[in-house]
Amino acid sequence: MSSLSARGIHAWFGKHHALEDISLDFAPGTVTALIGPSGCGKSTFIRTLNRMHEFIPSAAMAGEVLLDGKDVYAPGTDVTKIRLQIGMVFQKPNPFPSMTIGENVLSGLKLAQLKVDNKDDLLEECLERAGLWKEVKDRLGAHGGSLSGGQQQRLCIARALAVKPQVLLMDEPCSALDPGSTLRIEETIRHLSESMTIVIVTHNMQQAARVSDHTAFFLSDGGPGHMVEFAPTNEIFSRPKDKRTEDYVTGRFG
Amino acid sequence: MLSMTTAPAPREITTQPRRSDRIFRRVVTAGGLSSLVILSLITIFLAYRGFEVLRQEGLRFITSSQWSITTDDAGNVVESHFGLAAMLVGTILCAFIAVVIALPISVASALFLNFYSPQWLKKFLVAVIDMMAAFPSILFGIWGFLVLMPSAEYWAKILNHHLGFIPVLKIAPYVVTRSPFVAGVVLAIMIIPIITSVSREVFSQTPLDRIQAAYALGATRWGMIKAVVLPYGRSGVIGGAMLGLGRAMGETVAVFTVLNIVFQVNWHILLGAGGNVASLIILKFGEASPYEIKALMAAGLVLFILTLMVNAIADLIVKKTGKSGR
Repeated sequence: MSSLSARGIHAWFGKHHALEDISLDFAPGTVTALIGPSGCGKSTFIRTLNRMHEFIPSAAMAGEVLLDGKDVYAPGTDVTKIRLQIGMVFQKPNPFPSMTIGENVLSGLKLAQLKVDNKDDLLEECLERAGLWKEVKDRLGAHGGSLSGGQQQRLCIARALAVKPQVLLMDEPCSALDPGSTLRIEETIRHLSESMTIVIVTHNMQQAARVSDHTAFFLSDGGPGHMVEFAPTNEIFSRPKDKRTEDYVTGRFG
Repeated sequence: MLSMTTAPAPREITTQPRRSDRIFRRVVTAGGLSSLVILSLITIFLAYRGFEVLRQEGLRFITSSQWSITTDDAGNVVESHFGLAAMLVGTILCAFIAVVIALPISVASALFLNFYSPQWLKKFLVAVIDMMAAFPSILFGIWGFLVLMPSAEYWAKILNHHLGFIPVLKIAPYVVTRSPFVAGVVLAIMIIPIITSVSREVFSQTPLDRIQAAYALGATRWGMIKAVVLPYGRSGVIGGAMLGLGRAMGETVAVFTVLNIVFQVNWHILLGAGGNVASLIILKFGEASPYEIKALMAAGLVLFILTLMVNAIADLIVKKTGKSGR
Protein backbone atom coordinates (compact mmCIF):
# COMPACT_ATOMS: atom_id res chain seq x y z
CA MET A 1 0.00 0.00 0.00
CA SER A 2 1.15 3.48 -0.79
CA SER A 3 1.51 6.37 1.52
CA LEU A 4 0.20 9.75 0.59
CA SER A 5 1.19 13.07 2.15
CA ALA A 6 0.28 16.65 1.49
CA ARG A 7 2.93 19.24 2.34
CA GLY A 8 2.02 22.90 2.63
CA ILE A 9 -0.77 22.88 0.07
CA HIS A 10 -2.15 26.24 -1.02
CA ALA A 11 -4.75 26.68 -3.72
CA TRP A 12 -5.95 29.70 -5.68
CA PHE A 13 -8.70 30.40 -8.17
CA GLY A 14 -7.42 33.43 -9.99
CA LYS A 15 -6.75 35.98 -7.25
CA HIS A 16 -8.93 34.16 -4.74
CA HIS A 17 -6.84 32.32 -2.16
CA ALA A 18 -9.00 29.26 -1.43
CA LEU A 19 -6.79 27.06 0.65
CA GLU A 20 -3.95 27.86 3.01
CA ASP A 21 -1.07 25.70 4.07
CA ILE A 22 -2.55 22.24 4.50
CA SER A 23 -0.19 19.47 5.58
CA LEU A 24 -1.63 16.00 6.15
CA ASP A 25 -0.34 12.45 6.18
CA PHE A 26 -2.66 9.67 5.07
CA ALA A 27 -1.44 6.43 6.57
CA PRO A 28 -1.71 3.36 4.33
CA GLY A 29 -4.89 1.38 4.85
CA THR A 30 -6.75 4.07 6.75
CA VAL A 31 -9.83 6.13 6.06
CA THR A 32 -9.45 9.86 6.57
CA ALA A 33 -12.54 12.03 6.65
CA LEU A 34 -12.44 15.72 5.77
CA ILE A 35 -15.24 17.67 7.39
CA GLY A 36 -16.13 21.32 7.55
CA PRO A 37 -18.77 23.81 6.38
CA SER A 38 -19.36 24.48 2.68
CA GLY A 39 -16.72 26.62 1.05
CA CYS A 40 -13.94 25.67 3.44
CA GLY A 41 -11.86 24.08 0.69
CA LYS A 42 -12.25 20.35 1.44
CA SER A 43 -13.15 19.47 -2.13
CA THR A 44 -10.50 21.77 -3.50
CA PHE A 45 -7.99 20.05 -1.29
CA ILE A 46 -8.72 16.49 -2.40
CA ARG A 47 -8.75 17.63 -6.00
CA THR A 48 -5.19 18.85 -5.58
CA LEU A 49 -4.22 15.33 -4.47
CA ASN A 50 -4.88 13.67 -7.83
CA ARG A 51 -4.25 16.79 -9.91
CA MET A 52 -7.89 17.34 -10.88
CA HIS A 53 -7.56 20.87 -9.51
CA GLU A 54 -5.67 22.04 -12.58
CA PHE A 55 -8.66 21.48 -14.90
CA ILE A 56 -10.26 24.65 -13.65
CA PRO A 57 -8.95 27.55 -15.70
CA SER A 58 -7.09 30.06 -13.53
CA ALA A 59 -6.57 27.46 -10.79
CA ALA A 60 -3.14 27.49 -9.16
CA MET A 61 -1.53 25.62 -6.29
CA ALA A 62 1.60 25.54 -4.17
CA GLY A 63 3.13 22.85 -2.01
CA GLU A 64 3.82 19.17 -2.60
CA VAL A 65 1.76 16.01 -2.78
CA LEU A 66 3.97 13.03 -2.06
CA LEU A 67 2.91 9.59 -3.27
CA ASP A 68 5.39 7.08 -1.88
CA GLY A 69 7.74 9.98 -1.34
CA LYS A 70 7.53 11.27 -4.90
CA ASP A 71 5.99 14.64 -5.68
CA VAL A 72 3.05 14.17 -8.06
CA TYR A 73 3.57 17.72 -9.31
CA ALA A 74 7.24 17.15 -10.15
CA PRO A 75 8.15 18.40 -13.63
CA GLY A 76 7.97 15.65 -16.22
CA THR A 77 5.38 13.61 -14.33
CA ASP A 78 2.81 11.79 -16.45
CA VAL A 79 -0.39 13.02 -14.87
CA THR A 80 -2.43 10.12 -16.24
CA LYS A 81 -0.24 7.69 -14.27
CA ILE A 82 -0.88 9.69 -11.11
CA ARG A 83 -4.62 9.47 -11.58
CA LEU A 84 -4.37 5.72 -12.12
CA GLN A 85 -2.76 5.38 -8.70
CA ILE A 86 -5.05 7.87 -6.99
CA GLY A 87 -8.62 7.10 -8.02
CA MET A 88 -11.63 9.31 -7.44
CA VAL A 89 -15.35 8.98 -6.84
CA PHE A 90 -17.47 12.07 -7.31
CA GLN A 91 -20.41 13.62 -5.55
CA LYS A 92 -22.89 12.86 -8.31
CA PRO A 93 -22.82 9.33 -9.74
CA ASN A 94 -21.39 9.70 -13.23
CA PRO A 95 -21.35 6.40 -15.13
CA PHE A 96 -20.75 6.67 -18.87
CA PRO A 97 -24.24 6.50 -20.36
CA SER A 98 -23.09 5.17 -23.72
CA MET A 99 -21.59 2.08 -22.08
CA THR A 100 -23.09 -0.99 -20.46
CA ILE A 101 -22.55 -1.83 -16.80
CA GLY A 102 -19.69 -4.18 -17.69
CA GLU A 103 -18.10 -1.69 -20.07
CA ASN A 104 -18.35 1.02 -17.43
CA VAL A 105 -16.43 -1.02 -14.91
CA LEU A 106 -13.68 -1.82 -17.39
CA SER A 107 -13.65 1.60 -19.06
CA GLY A 108 -10.57 2.70 -17.15
CA LEU A 109 -8.50 -0.06 -18.72
CA LYS A 110 -9.42 1.16 -22.17
CA LEU A 111 -8.93 4.81 -21.32
CA ALA A 112 -5.50 4.20 -19.84
CA GLN A 113 -4.63 1.50 -22.38
CA LEU A 114 -3.97 -1.15 -19.74
CA LYS A 115 -3.99 -4.84 -20.49
CA VAL A 116 -5.42 -7.52 -18.20
CA ASP A 117 -5.42 -11.27 -18.67
CA ASN A 118 -8.90 -12.05 -17.54
CA LYS A 119 -11.42 -9.28 -17.88
CA ASP A 120 -14.31 -11.35 -16.54
CA ASP A 121 -12.52 -12.07 -13.30
CA LEU A 122 -11.58 -8.43 -12.88
CA LEU A 123 -15.14 -7.36 -13.62
CA GLU A 124 -16.55 -9.69 -10.99
CA GLU A 125 -13.87 -8.77 -8.46
CA CYS A 126 -14.46 -5.04 -8.79
CA LEU A 127 -18.24 -5.32 -8.63
CA GLU A 128 -17.92 -7.65 -5.66
CA ARG A 129 -15.66 -5.23 -3.83
CA ALA A 130 -18.02 -2.36 -4.58
CA GLY A 131 -20.90 -4.44 -3.20
CA LEU A 132 -22.81 -4.47 -6.47
CA TRP A 133 -22.08 -7.89 -7.96
CA LYS A 134 -25.19 -9.69 -6.68
CA GLU A 135 -27.50 -6.99 -7.96
CA VAL A 136 -26.11 -6.70 -11.48
CA LYS A 137 -24.48 -10.02 -12.34
CA ASP A 138 -27.39 -11.02 -14.55
CA ARG A 139 -27.54 -7.78 -16.47
CA LEU A 140 -24.00 -6.69 -17.13
CA GLY A 141 -25.07 -5.82 -20.66
CA ALA A 142 -27.65 -3.28 -19.51
CA HIS A 143 -26.83 0.41 -19.65
CA GLY A 144 -25.44 2.09 -16.55
CA GLY A 145 -28.27 4.58 -16.57
CA SER A 146 -30.79 1.83 -15.81
CA LEU A 147 -29.49 1.50 -12.25
CA SER A 148 -30.72 3.42 -9.20
CA GLY A 149 -28.64 6.33 -7.92
CA GLY A 150 -27.05 4.27 -5.17
CA GLN A 151 -26.24 1.44 -7.56
CA GLN A 152 -24.76 3.93 -10.02
CA GLN A 153 -22.49 5.29 -7.32
CA ARG A 154 -21.31 1.78 -6.45
CA LEU A 155 -20.79 1.19 -10.17
CA CYS A 156 -18.56 4.28 -10.18
CA ILE A 157 -16.63 2.85 -7.23
CA ALA A 158 -16.21 -0.46 -9.09
CA ARG A 159 -15.02 1.50 -12.14
CA ALA A 160 -12.45 3.33 -10.04
CA LEU A 161 -11.24 0.03 -8.53
CA ALA A 162 -10.67 -1.65 -11.90
CA VAL A 163 -7.45 0.24 -12.56
CA LYS A 164 -6.08 -0.88 -9.17
CA PRO A 165 -5.49 2.47 -7.48
CA GLN A 166 -3.48 2.66 -4.26
CA VAL A 167 -5.52 5.55 -2.97
CA LEU A 168 -9.21 6.33 -3.41
CA LEU A 169 -10.52 9.88 -3.05
CA MET A 170 -14.25 10.26 -2.42
CA ASP A 171 -15.83 13.68 -2.76
CA GLU A 172 -19.11 13.53 -0.82
CA PRO A 173 -19.97 10.18 -2.40
CA CYS A 174 -23.28 9.83 -0.57
CA SER A 175 -24.68 13.34 -0.66
CA ALA A 176 -27.02 12.50 -3.54
CA LEU A 177 -28.17 9.18 -2.08
CA ASP A 178 -30.85 7.90 0.25
CA PRO A 179 -29.95 6.51 3.72
CA GLY A 180 -30.11 2.87 2.63
CA SER A 181 -27.71 3.39 -0.26
CA THR A 182 -25.50 5.48 1.97
CA LEU A 183 -25.20 2.60 4.40
CA ARG A 184 -24.23 0.20 1.63
CA ILE A 185 -21.52 2.55 0.47
CA GLU A 186 -20.19 3.01 3.97
CA GLU A 187 -19.89 -0.78 4.30
CA THR A 188 -18.03 -0.79 1.02
CA ILE A 189 -15.66 1.89 2.27
CA ARG A 190 -14.86 -0.06 5.43
CA HIS A 191 -14.20 -3.11 3.32
CA LEU A 192 -11.97 -1.31 0.85
CA SER A 193 -9.87 0.29 3.56
CA GLU A 194 -8.36 -3.11 4.28
CA SER A 195 -6.53 -2.93 1.00
CA MET A 196 -6.22 0.74 0.17
CA THR A 197 -5.94 4.26 1.52
CA ILE A 198 -9.14 6.27 1.43
CA VAL A 199 -9.80 9.98 1.77
CA ILE A 200 -13.45 11.00 2.01
CA VAL A 201 -15.02 14.43 2.05
CA THR A 202 -18.35 14.46 3.84
CA HIS A 203 -20.90 16.84 5.22
CA ASN A 204 -22.41 14.11 7.29
CA MET A 205 -20.82 14.03 10.73
CA GLN A 206 -22.24 10.62 11.59
CA GLN A 207 -20.77 9.29 8.41
CA ALA A 208 -17.33 10.61 9.31
CA ALA A 209 -17.69 9.03 12.75
CA ARG A 210 -18.83 5.71 11.29
CA VAL A 211 -16.29 5.17 8.52
CA SER A 212 -13.11 7.05 9.29
CA ASP A 213 -10.00 6.40 11.37
CA HIS A 214 -8.85 10.01 11.25
CA THR A 215 -10.72 13.22 10.78
CA ALA A 216 -9.53 16.62 9.65
CA PHE A 217 -11.67 19.66 10.33
CA PHE A 218 -11.39 22.45 7.74
CA LEU A 219 -12.71 25.96 8.21
CA SER A 220 -12.74 29.24 6.37
CA ASP A 221 -13.48 32.28 8.49
CA GLY A 222 -13.75 34.75 5.66
CA GLY A 223 -10.20 34.13 4.45
CA PRO A 224 -8.73 31.07 2.77
CA GLY A 225 -9.75 27.65 4.08
CA HIS A 226 -7.36 26.08 6.54
CA MET A 227 -7.15 23.02 8.72
CA VAL A 228 -8.19 23.59 12.31
CA GLU A 229 -7.60 20.16 13.70
CA PHE A 230 -6.49 16.71 12.62
CA ALA A 231 -6.81 13.78 15.00
CA PRO A 232 -8.11 10.24 15.36
CA THR A 233 -11.82 10.33 14.64
CA ASN A 234 -12.98 9.37 18.13
CA GLU A 235 -10.93 12.20 19.61
CA ILE A 236 -12.36 14.76 17.19
CA PHE A 237 -15.88 13.75 18.16
CA SER A 238 -15.39 13.13 21.88
CA ARG A 239 -12.74 15.60 23.04
CA PRO A 240 -11.76 18.05 20.34
CA LYS A 241 -8.88 20.34 21.25
CA ASP A 242 -10.20 23.37 19.43
CA LYS A 243 -13.34 25.21 20.48
CA ARG A 244 -14.36 25.72 16.81
CA THR A 245 -14.15 21.98 16.12
CA GLU A 246 -16.32 21.31 19.13
CA ASP A 247 -18.89 23.86 18.01
CA TYR A 248 -18.99 22.31 14.56
CA VAL A 249 -19.21 18.63 15.49
CA THR A 250 -21.86 19.32 18.10
CA GLY A 251 -23.90 21.19 15.53
CA ARG A 252 -23.60 24.64 17.04
CA PHE A 253 -22.65 26.17 13.73
CA GLY A 254 -22.06 25.23 10.08
CA MET B 1 -70.53 -8.95 2.43
CA LEU B 2 -68.71 -7.72 -0.56
CA SER B 3 -68.18 -4.03 -0.51
CA MET B 4 -67.88 -2.31 -3.84
CA THR B 5 -65.94 0.87 -4.16
CA THR B 6 -65.84 2.47 -7.55
CA ALA B 7 -62.94 4.76 -8.39
CA PRO B 8 -64.14 8.24 -9.27
CA ALA B 9 -63.90 9.41 -12.85
CA PRO B 10 -60.82 11.57 -13.38
CA ARG B 11 -61.55 15.28 -13.08
CA GLU B 12 -61.06 17.58 -15.97
CA ILE B 13 -58.31 20.00 -15.04
CA THR B 14 -58.56 23.45 -16.54
CA THR B 15 -57.02 26.82 -16.01
CA GLN B 16 -57.94 30.34 -16.98
CA PRO B 17 -54.79 31.94 -18.44
CA ARG B 18 -54.28 35.65 -17.98
CA ARG B 19 -54.90 38.02 -20.84
CA SER B 20 -51.19 38.80 -21.28
CA ASP B 21 -50.43 35.10 -21.44
CA ARG B 22 -53.09 34.54 -24.09
CA ILE B 23 -51.74 37.36 -26.24
CA PHE B 24 -48.17 36.15 -25.93
CA ARG B 25 -49.28 32.65 -26.81
CA ARG B 26 -50.84 33.91 -30.03
CA VAL B 27 -47.75 35.88 -30.96
CA VAL B 28 -45.38 32.94 -30.56
CA THR B 29 -47.82 30.58 -32.26
CA ALA B 30 -47.90 32.90 -35.26
CA GLY B 31 -44.12 32.96 -35.30
CA GLY B 32 -43.92 29.22 -35.04
CA LEU B 33 -46.38 28.60 -37.82
CA SER B 34 -45.04 31.25 -40.19
CA SER B 35 -42.18 29.09 -41.46
CA LEU B 36 -44.61 26.29 -42.15
CA VAL B 37 -46.93 28.64 -44.03
CA ILE B 38 -44.11 30.17 -46.08
CA LEU B 39 -42.73 26.77 -46.96
CA SER B 40 -46.12 25.43 -48.03
CA LEU B 41 -46.79 28.50 -50.13
CA ILE B 42 -43.48 28.05 -51.94
CA THR B 43 -44.20 24.38 -52.52
CA ILE B 44 -47.67 25.14 -53.85
CA PHE B 45 -46.25 27.84 -56.11
CA LEU B 46 -43.57 25.55 -57.53
CA ALA B 47 -46.00 22.69 -57.99
CA TYR B 48 -48.55 24.95 -59.65
CA ARG B 49 -46.03 26.45 -62.07
CA GLY B 50 -44.29 23.18 -62.81
CA PHE B 51 -47.36 21.00 -63.01
CA GLU B 52 -47.76 21.11 -66.81
CA VAL B 53 -44.19 19.99 -67.42
CA LEU B 54 -44.34 17.31 -64.77
CA ARG B 55 -47.50 15.88 -66.30
CA GLN B 56 -46.04 15.90 -69.79
CA GLU B 57 -42.68 14.35 -68.83
CA GLY B 58 -43.89 12.02 -66.11
CA LEU B 59 -41.20 9.89 -64.54
CA ARG B 60 -38.81 10.80 -67.35
CA PHE B 61 -38.35 14.15 -65.62
CA ILE B 62 -36.09 12.48 -63.10
CA THR B 63 -34.84 9.50 -65.11
CA SER B 64 -33.78 11.02 -68.42
CA SER B 65 -30.93 13.42 -69.00
CA GLN B 66 -32.09 15.28 -72.05
CA TRP B 67 -32.84 18.99 -71.77
CA SER B 68 -33.94 20.58 -75.01
CA ILE B 69 -36.70 22.78 -76.34
CA THR B 70 -37.47 23.75 -79.89
CA THR B 71 -39.80 26.60 -80.74
CA ASP B 72 -41.04 27.87 -84.09
CA ASP B 73 -40.71 31.47 -85.24
CA ALA B 74 -43.88 32.48 -83.42
CA GLY B 75 -42.53 31.18 -80.14
CA ASN B 76 -44.73 28.11 -79.94
CA VAL B 77 -43.17 24.97 -78.51
CA VAL B 78 -42.55 22.41 -81.23
CA GLU B 79 -40.76 19.80 -79.24
CA SER B 80 -39.38 19.63 -75.71
CA HIS B 81 -37.53 17.16 -73.52
CA PHE B 82 -36.81 17.88 -69.91
CA GLY B 83 -34.94 15.37 -67.78
CA LEU B 84 -33.06 16.03 -64.56
CA ALA B 85 -31.21 12.74 -63.99
CA ALA B 86 -27.73 14.14 -64.67
CA MET B 87 -28.38 17.18 -62.48
CA LEU B 88 -29.77 15.09 -59.63
CA VAL B 89 -26.76 12.80 -59.73
CA GLY B 90 -24.51 15.86 -59.84
CA THR B 91 -26.33 17.46 -56.92
CA ILE B 92 -25.97 14.39 -54.73
CA LEU B 93 -22.42 13.66 -55.85
CA CYS B 94 -21.03 17.17 -55.26
CA ALA B 95 -22.79 17.52 -51.92
CA PHE B 96 -21.61 14.11 -50.81
CA ILE B 97 -17.99 14.85 -51.76
CA ALA B 98 -18.30 18.12 -49.87
CA VAL B 99 -19.52 16.44 -46.68
CA VAL B 100 -16.92 13.67 -46.88
CA ILE B 101 -14.17 16.28 -47.07
CA ALA B 102 -15.68 18.80 -44.66
CA LEU B 103 -16.82 16.51 -41.86
CA PRO B 104 -13.43 15.29 -40.57
CA ILE B 105 -11.94 18.77 -40.88
CA SER B 106 -14.87 20.31 -39.01
CA VAL B 107 -14.92 17.73 -36.23
CA ALA B 108 -11.17 18.07 -35.78
CA SER B 109 -11.37 21.83 -35.63
CA ALA B 110 -14.30 21.73 -33.19
CA LEU B 111 -12.33 19.39 -30.94
CA PHE B 112 -9.29 21.61 -31.19
CA LEU B 113 -11.29 24.71 -30.30
CA ASN B 114 -12.94 23.05 -27.30
CA PHE B 115 -10.17 20.97 -25.82
CA TYR B 116 -6.77 22.02 -27.10
CA SER B 117 -6.76 25.65 -28.16
CA PRO B 118 -5.61 28.39 -25.78
CA GLN B 119 -8.38 30.87 -24.95
CA TRP B 120 -7.11 33.79 -27.03
CA LEU B 121 -6.65 31.65 -30.13
CA LYS B 122 -10.08 30.12 -29.63
CA LYS B 123 -11.77 33.52 -29.63
CA PHE B 124 -9.88 34.54 -32.73
CA LEU B 125 -10.60 31.32 -34.63
CA VAL B 126 -14.29 31.31 -33.73
CA ALA B 127 -14.55 34.83 -35.14
CA VAL B 128 -12.75 33.76 -38.32
CA ILE B 129 -14.98 30.71 -38.78
CA ASP B 130 -18.13 32.78 -38.26
CA MET B 131 -16.84 35.22 -40.84
CA MET B 132 -16.26 32.34 -43.22
CA ALA B 133 -19.91 31.34 -42.82
CA ALA B 134 -21.02 34.82 -43.86
CA PHE B 135 -18.68 34.97 -46.84
CA PRO B 136 -20.53 35.41 -50.19
CA SER B 137 -20.56 32.14 -52.08
CA ILE B 138 -19.57 33.77 -55.38
CA LEU B 139 -16.20 34.58 -53.83
CA PHE B 140 -15.69 30.93 -52.94
CA GLY B 141 -16.62 30.14 -56.53
CA ILE B 142 -14.11 32.60 -57.94
CA TRP B 143 -11.44 31.32 -55.59
CA GLY B 144 -12.21 27.79 -56.77
CA PHE B 145 -12.03 28.92 -60.38
CA LEU B 146 -8.79 30.88 -60.13
CA VAL B 147 -6.85 29.03 -57.46
CA LEU B 148 -8.24 25.59 -56.88
CA MET B 149 -8.92 24.51 -60.45
CA PRO B 150 -5.34 24.71 -61.73
CA SER B 151 -3.98 22.84 -58.76
CA ALA B 152 -6.89 20.43 -58.56
CA GLU B 153 -5.92 19.08 -61.93
CA TYR B 154 -2.63 17.99 -60.43
CA TRP B 155 -4.32 16.29 -57.47
CA ALA B 156 -6.94 14.69 -59.65
CA LYS B 157 -4.24 13.16 -61.82
CA ILE B 158 -2.51 11.76 -58.77
CA LEU B 159 -5.80 10.36 -57.44
CA ASN B 160 -6.57 8.83 -60.81
CA HIS B 161 -3.12 7.37 -61.16
CA HIS B 162 -2.95 5.74 -57.74
CA LEU B 163 -6.58 5.09 -56.93
CA GLY B 164 -7.88 4.64 -60.47
CA PHE B 165 -9.02 1.12 -59.61
CA ILE B 166 -11.87 2.68 -57.62
CA PRO B 167 -14.59 3.18 -60.24
CA VAL B 168 -15.56 6.73 -59.26
CA LEU B 169 -11.95 7.90 -59.44
CA LYS B 170 -11.26 6.51 -62.90
CA ILE B 171 -11.14 8.77 -65.92
CA ALA B 172 -10.07 8.01 -69.42
CA PRO B 173 -9.17 11.41 -70.85
CA TYR B 174 -7.81 14.09 -68.56
CA VAL B 175 -10.67 16.56 -68.55
CA VAL B 176 -10.50 17.19 -64.89
CA THR B 177 -10.58 20.91 -64.39
CA ARG B 178 -14.31 21.54 -64.14
CA SER B 179 -15.17 18.31 -62.40
CA PRO B 180 -17.51 17.39 -59.53
CA PHE B 181 -14.38 16.86 -57.47
CA VAL B 182 -13.43 20.53 -57.76
CA ALA B 183 -17.00 21.59 -57.05
CA GLY B 184 -17.05 19.27 -54.05
CA VAL B 185 -13.91 20.83 -52.63
CA VAL B 186 -15.33 24.35 -53.03
CA LEU B 187 -18.56 23.27 -51.38
CA ALA B 188 -16.61 21.56 -48.60
CA ILE B 189 -14.92 24.82 -47.74
CA MET B 190 -18.29 26.55 -47.74
CA ILE B 191 -19.89 24.10 -45.33
CA ILE B 192 -16.96 23.71 -42.93
CA PRO B 193 -18.07 26.74 -40.85
CA ILE B 194 -21.58 25.46 -40.22
CA ILE B 195 -20.52 21.91 -39.37
CA THR B 196 -17.72 23.26 -37.18
CA SER B 197 -19.93 25.59 -35.23
CA VAL B 198 -22.67 23.01 -34.67
CA SER B 199 -20.08 20.44 -33.57
CA ARG B 200 -18.33 22.94 -31.33
CA GLU B 201 -21.63 23.77 -29.68
CA VAL B 202 -22.54 20.15 -28.89
CA PHE B 203 -19.03 19.25 -27.79
CA SER B 204 -18.98 22.19 -25.41
CA GLN B 205 -22.16 20.88 -23.75
CA THR B 206 -20.56 17.58 -22.79
CA PRO B 207 -21.37 17.15 -19.09
CA LEU B 208 -18.37 18.13 -17.01
CA ASP B 209 -18.84 15.28 -14.55
CA ARG B 210 -18.36 12.72 -17.33
CA ILE B 211 -15.24 14.48 -18.57
CA GLN B 212 -13.88 14.47 -15.03
CA ALA B 213 -14.81 10.83 -14.56
CA ALA B 214 -12.72 9.92 -17.59
CA TYR B 215 -9.75 12.01 -16.51
CA ALA B 216 -9.94 10.64 -12.98
CA LEU B 217 -9.56 7.16 -14.47
CA GLY B 218 -6.23 8.13 -15.97
CA ALA B 219 -7.52 8.95 -19.44
CA THR B 220 -5.43 10.90 -21.87
CA ARG B 221 -7.20 13.82 -23.51
CA TRP B 222 -7.77 11.83 -26.68
CA GLY B 223 -8.98 8.86 -24.63
CA MET B 224 -11.44 11.12 -22.82
CA ILE B 225 -12.68 12.56 -26.13
CA LYS B 226 -13.24 9.09 -27.58
CA ALA B 227 -15.03 7.78 -24.50
CA VAL B 228 -17.11 10.78 -23.56
CA VAL B 229 -17.20 13.68 -26.01
CA LEU B 230 -17.71 11.82 -29.28
CA PRO B 231 -20.51 9.55 -28.04
CA TYR B 232 -22.22 12.56 -26.49
CA GLY B 233 -21.82 14.76 -29.55
CA ARG B 234 -22.45 12.18 -32.24
CA SER B 235 -26.06 12.98 -32.98
CA GLY B 236 -25.32 16.71 -32.99
CA VAL B 237 -22.44 16.23 -35.40
CA ILE B 238 -24.64 14.20 -37.72
CA GLY B 239 -27.21 16.97 -37.53
CA GLY B 240 -24.54 19.53 -38.43
CA ALA B 241 -23.36 17.40 -41.32
CA MET B 242 -26.90 17.23 -42.64
CA LEU B 243 -27.26 21.00 -42.42
CA GLY B 244 -24.05 21.22 -44.40
CA LEU B 245 -25.32 18.64 -46.89
CA GLY B 246 -28.50 20.64 -47.32
CA ARG B 247 -26.57 23.79 -47.97
CA ALA B 248 -24.25 22.02 -50.41
CA MET B 249 -27.18 20.58 -52.35
CA GLY B 250 -28.82 23.93 -52.74
CA GLU B 251 -25.69 25.90 -53.55
CA THR B 252 -25.94 27.65 -56.89
CA VAL B 253 -23.36 30.25 -57.78
CA ALA B 254 -20.23 28.55 -56.50
CA VAL B 255 -21.04 25.34 -58.33
CA PHE B 256 -22.00 27.24 -61.46
CA THR B 257 -18.60 28.92 -61.46
CA VAL B 258 -16.49 25.79 -61.26
CA LEU B 259 -18.54 23.04 -62.87
CA ASN B 260 -19.18 22.17 -66.50
CA ILE B 261 -22.90 21.75 -66.86
CA VAL B 262 -23.32 18.75 -69.09
CA PHE B 263 -26.51 16.79 -69.54
CA GLN B 264 -25.04 13.39 -69.04
CA VAL B 265 -25.06 11.26 -65.93
CA ASN B 266 -21.49 11.25 -64.62
CA TRP B 267 -20.41 9.25 -61.60
CA HIS B 268 -16.72 9.84 -62.27
CA ILE B 269 -15.88 12.58 -59.86
CA LEU B 270 -12.68 13.58 -61.63
CA LEU B 271 -14.31 13.97 -65.02
CA GLY B 272 -15.21 17.47 -66.07
CA ALA B 273 -18.93 16.99 -66.52
CA GLY B 274 -21.92 17.28 -64.26
CA GLY B 275 -23.91 20.08 -62.74
CA ASN B 276 -26.50 20.41 -60.06
CA VAL B 277 -30.14 21.33 -60.10
CA ALA B 278 -29.61 24.80 -58.70
CA SER B 279 -26.88 25.66 -61.20
CA LEU B 280 -29.08 24.38 -64.03
CA ILE B 281 -31.77 26.79 -62.97
CA ILE B 282 -29.40 29.75 -62.94
CA LEU B 283 -27.89 28.70 -66.29
CA LYS B 284 -31.23 28.47 -68.08
CA PHE B 285 -33.34 31.01 -66.26
CA GLY B 286 -32.18 34.16 -68.07
CA GLU B 287 -33.02 33.07 -71.60
CA ALA B 288 -35.75 30.56 -70.95
CA SER B 289 -39.06 30.65 -72.79
CA PRO B 290 -42.21 30.67 -70.66
CA TYR B 291 -42.60 26.94 -71.09
CA GLU B 292 -39.00 26.24 -70.09
CA ILE B 293 -39.48 28.43 -67.03
CA LYS B 294 -42.18 26.00 -65.98
CA ALA B 295 -39.71 23.16 -66.38
CA LEU B 296 -37.25 25.05 -64.19
CA MET B 297 -39.94 25.54 -61.54
CA ALA B 298 -40.56 21.81 -61.61
CA ALA B 299 -36.81 21.28 -61.23
CA GLY B 300 -36.91 23.55 -58.20
CA LEU B 301 -39.72 21.46 -56.75
CA VAL B 302 -37.71 18.28 -57.25
CA LEU B 303 -34.68 19.84 -55.55
CA PHE B 304 -36.89 20.93 -52.69
CA ILE B 305 -38.30 17.42 -52.26
CA LEU B 306 -34.79 15.94 -52.44
CA THR B 307 -33.66 18.27 -49.67
CA LEU B 308 -36.67 17.33 -47.57
CA MET B 309 -35.90 13.66 -48.04
CA VAL B 310 -32.29 14.11 -46.99
CA ASN B 311 -33.41 16.00 -43.89
CA ALA B 312 -35.93 13.30 -43.04
CA ILE B 313 -33.24 10.63 -43.34
CA ALA B 314 -30.93 12.74 -41.17
CA ASP B 315 -33.64 13.04 -38.56
CA LEU B 316 -34.06 9.32 -38.55
CA ILE B 317 -30.33 8.75 -38.13
CA VAL B 318 -30.15 11.25 -35.28
CA LYS B 319 -33.08 9.60 -33.53
CA LYS B 320 -31.64 6.11 -33.97
CA THR B 321 -28.13 6.93 -32.81
CA GLY B 322 -28.75 9.90 -30.59
CA LYS B 323 -29.88 8.45 -27.31
CA SER B 324 -27.15 6.09 -26.25
CA GLY B 325 -24.48 8.71 -25.81
CA ARG B 326 -26.57 11.13 -23.80
